[in-house]
Amino acid sequence: MLARVIESLGIPTVTVTMIPELALKMHASRVVGVEFPFGHSFGTPGNDALMETVARAACEALEEAGASGYRLDVEAEWPVPLEIAYKTWHPPQASPIVARMLKMRGGG
Amino acid sequence: MTVDSYKYLPRSMKTMYESTPVTTEPAAWAPLTKPLSKCRLALMTSAGVYLKDSQEGFDEEREWQNPEWGDPTYREIPSGVRQEQIGCSHLHINHEDLLEDVNVVLPIRAFQKLEAKGVIGELAPVHYSFMGYQERQLKDWREVQGPELVAKLKERAVDVLLLAPA
Repeated sequence: MLARVIESLGIPTVTVTMIPELALKMHASRVVGVEFPFGHSFGTPGNDALMETVARAACEALEEAGASGYRLDVEAEWPVPLEIAYKTWHPPQASPIVARMLKMRGGG
Repeated sequence: MTVDSYKYLPRSMKTMYESTPVTTEPAAWAPLTKPLSKCRLALMTSAGVYLKDSQEGFDEEREWQNPEWGDPTYREIPSGVRQEQIGCSHLHINHEDLLEDVNVVLPIRAFQKLEAKGVIGELAPVHYSFMGYQERQLKDWREVQGPELVAKLKERAVDVLLLAPA
């Protein structure tokens, strides 16, 4: 986990992530969870209000955390319906590792 | 509200992440040495963003040849970047929204506003972009890019780094 590597070298970090549970497993020091699709940690294009909400949560984490393992989840609903957002964050083509897994399973 | 870490993930990826054990690496802790309102803050994205007019993209071809490898290099992105300069090379996410507004992954505009409001001391003039799909042991990052980046951050008087995995 990059945050841990950087923090171990003396720079305080805060991680805004869609998978806060994983970030904590990797010992990120200050974790801000967002229930957003991948590739959109700060929101949707032009949505400055949502971006500022997440940014302020990151600042709160920086100010409030007293030890590694701090977590703060952002109370914000994704503005796109789940049935759309669940699909549209994926790349147009399967990534190399996914393509290989699909091939191994006989699906690629 | 508790964030559902797996809301947007296929079941197979959820299973993989849920079964990932807690790292045996010791936790690290670097406290802020001054109030946040006095801190210089830099941003880091793992969305594979780069400057089309002056930088190479990340090495997708090599990742296709070796699917367990990811380009460990990083790019520097200035605060004054224009949207038309933004390129993206990341094989694991859709680029459409960040190519419309890079702030969805690198929140420069939001932190400029927080600087103006005095929430942070200063937004750093330079930010960092890497491509988030990396080999599991992060060998290059631990031994090369990580120390190099930290040396730059210290040289540039950055007090805090915000990481936004894509």
